[in-house]
Amino acid sequence: MAVETSQSVAKAAGARSARGRGHRTDNTPGSPGPGRLRRALSTHWYAWSMVAPVVAVIGVIIGYPLVRGVYLSLTDANEANVERTIGINHIPATYEFVGLENYKAVLTDNVFWDRLGWTVVWTVSCVALSFTLGLVLATMLNRKIKGRTFYRMALILPWAVPAFVSVFTWRLLFNERSGLFNKLLAGGGIDAISWLNDPTWAKVSVIAVNVWLGVPFMLVAMLGGLQSIPGELYEAAEMDGATAWQRFRHITLPGLRPVSGTVILLSSIWTFNMFPVIFLLTRGGPGDATEILVTYAYKLSFVVSPRDFAGSAAWGVLILALLSLFAVAYRRALRKQGDMW
Amino acid sequence: MSTNTQTAPTRKVRARGERSPLASAGLHLTLLVATLVAVFPPLWLVVTSFKPKTDAFDTSVIKNFTLGNYSHVVSDTQFLAWLGNSLVVVGITTVVGVFISATTGYAVSRFRFPGLRPLMWLLLITQMFPVAVLIVPLYNLLASLGMLNQPVGLVITYLTVAVPFCAWMMKGYFDGIPAEIDEAGRVDGLTPFGTFWRLIMPLAKPGLAVTAFYTFITGWGEVAYASAFMTGEENLTLAGGLQTFVNQYTADWGSLTAAAVLIAAPAAVVFGLVQRHLVSGLTAGATKS
Repeated sequence: MAVETSQSVAKAAGARSARGRGHRTDNTPGSPGPGRLRRALSTHWYAWSMVAPVVAVIGVIIGYPLVRGVYLSLTDANEANVERTIGINHIPATYEFVGLENYKAVLTDNVFWDRLGWTVVWTVSCVALSFTLGLVLATMLNRKIKGRTFYRMALILPWAVPAFVSVFTWRLLFNERSGLFNKLLAGGGIDAISWLNDPTWAKVSVIAVNVWLGVPFMLVAMLGGLQSIPGELYEAAEMDGATAWQRFRHITLPGLRPVSGTVILLSSIWTFNMFPVIFLLTRGGPGDATEILVTYAYKLSFVVSPRDFAGSAAWGVLILALLSLFAVAYRRALRKQGDMW
Repeated sequence: MSTNTQTAPTRKVRARGERSPLASAGLHLTLLVATLVAVFPPLWLVVTSFKPKTDAFDTSVIKNFTLGNYSHVVSDTQFLAWLGNSLVVVGITTVVGVFISATTGYAVSRFRFPGLRPLMWLLLITQMFPVAVLIVPLYNLLASLGMLNQPVGLVITYLTVAVPFCAWMMKGYFDGIPAEIDEAGRVDGLTPFGTFWRLIMPLAKPGLAVTAFYTFITGWGEVAYASAFMTGEENLTLAGGLQTFVNQYTADWGSLTAAAVLIAAPAAVVFGLVQRHLVSGLTAGATKS
């Protein structure tokens, strides 16, 4: 039976591929009628079964908590009134539905807007810096150069070390009283800098560490992109007398666009949500200076007392809304340039 | 530029890809500086781990070399239990994650099927989920399923973190493999699954290596979920365990650095194994006319 099914599919696929690449875009609507669903099933069953595991996992682990999180944001749930089990005693939930109160409270409070401002600064500077550095280094590594493998291994090393390990290492280096950086500065006769305890320096420090962590990913992605650009294009351009800059501007950059589009989008989202760097490096301090939206939301539900689950959920939903808006806008911009899925 | 006919000495005309010595020096200098910045913090971590506890902040490279931190971490703490937990969780996550993100990536790369666009959006949006909005409800869900303190709970959680990105990445790799190869396979009578498994998967090995690496690193270094879902010192993963060395009350930098080196070393080994594939050309050779 399995054989029979697969043969018919193979035949169908063969028939479609006879029309060349057409089969990748056409989705023959078929005559409307009772056989439509079955036809759709027989055409698409393999595609659907290939994506099914992912859809199932995402549905259970993301779908349910999301619905629940949105619901929590409309209640006054906190540590004292949620359902919980202490030992063998089961205490039922007593929180109530309060509608949009939490959102009103968050949006009329300056804390949210301050944190949003810093989060935007943080995201833009981290992504811009690591993308630029990654692109520059990838362009250099893509040329014939002695020791290329060594450089590549070394430059990707920060990615191979787990982020939380690196962050602890940076804390060791940044230590105000006896860290290596301040000892070096003292050696040069410069006063110690409180890297993590001065609001401005703390911001510089967290950005620096995050860029350090982010460059290897950019580098690898850009190298992959560079290597997919056919060498013939460069040869042809050189024959026509194009300068190095012109080749970079008119061949490399357009050739990298599919990769860089995705990479910038992803890394903006990751940076926006970058929890470990800020949480482990400064705990959001000094004061609230380096607190981004995500760490602040985490603080509301796990650090402050009593834990404010509802408020935290409201922050979470707002963060998600902001990111969705960003992704829609970004996709639209990319599509205008003809990169579509 | 155009004349190399008459008497022009050959060394004045540079072949493609050749550089002047000055440009070469500049290139090497830039790369060396970048390498130094990239390598120094991990290197300093290793150096510190061989110093006695009291000298953790000493600037001398090696004054009193000692393995004390390592023996303390391995024999006096739960380190080996954490290591076992991490290996189980990350191993399963990597195998399952690579497989299902490859099938998904292939499906969205090759087929136009109803539900494609929603699925792409789902993969994209899933990556935006802030930990903060998921962690409490997810905790409740796992608790009601009896999966807290179980590796399987963490495995499923990590899959949702890693798979959307990996599927996205695999789609990019599959897009780079010419569809003619699929068509050739089908003409020769392979099923769609057969095409995928026997033709495309071998060609996508570099992409698979990246995916496996990414999944491994994600699980190996995850902090927030691991510390929330696994309680009791013997159930912690490495990420959770490491935090017990340095917190508000104690700062045992010696043990921390030694444990950190032991954690980072396997990651670096896996990295060394896959790096060859990381950036090698995708279908080089397969489609040369």
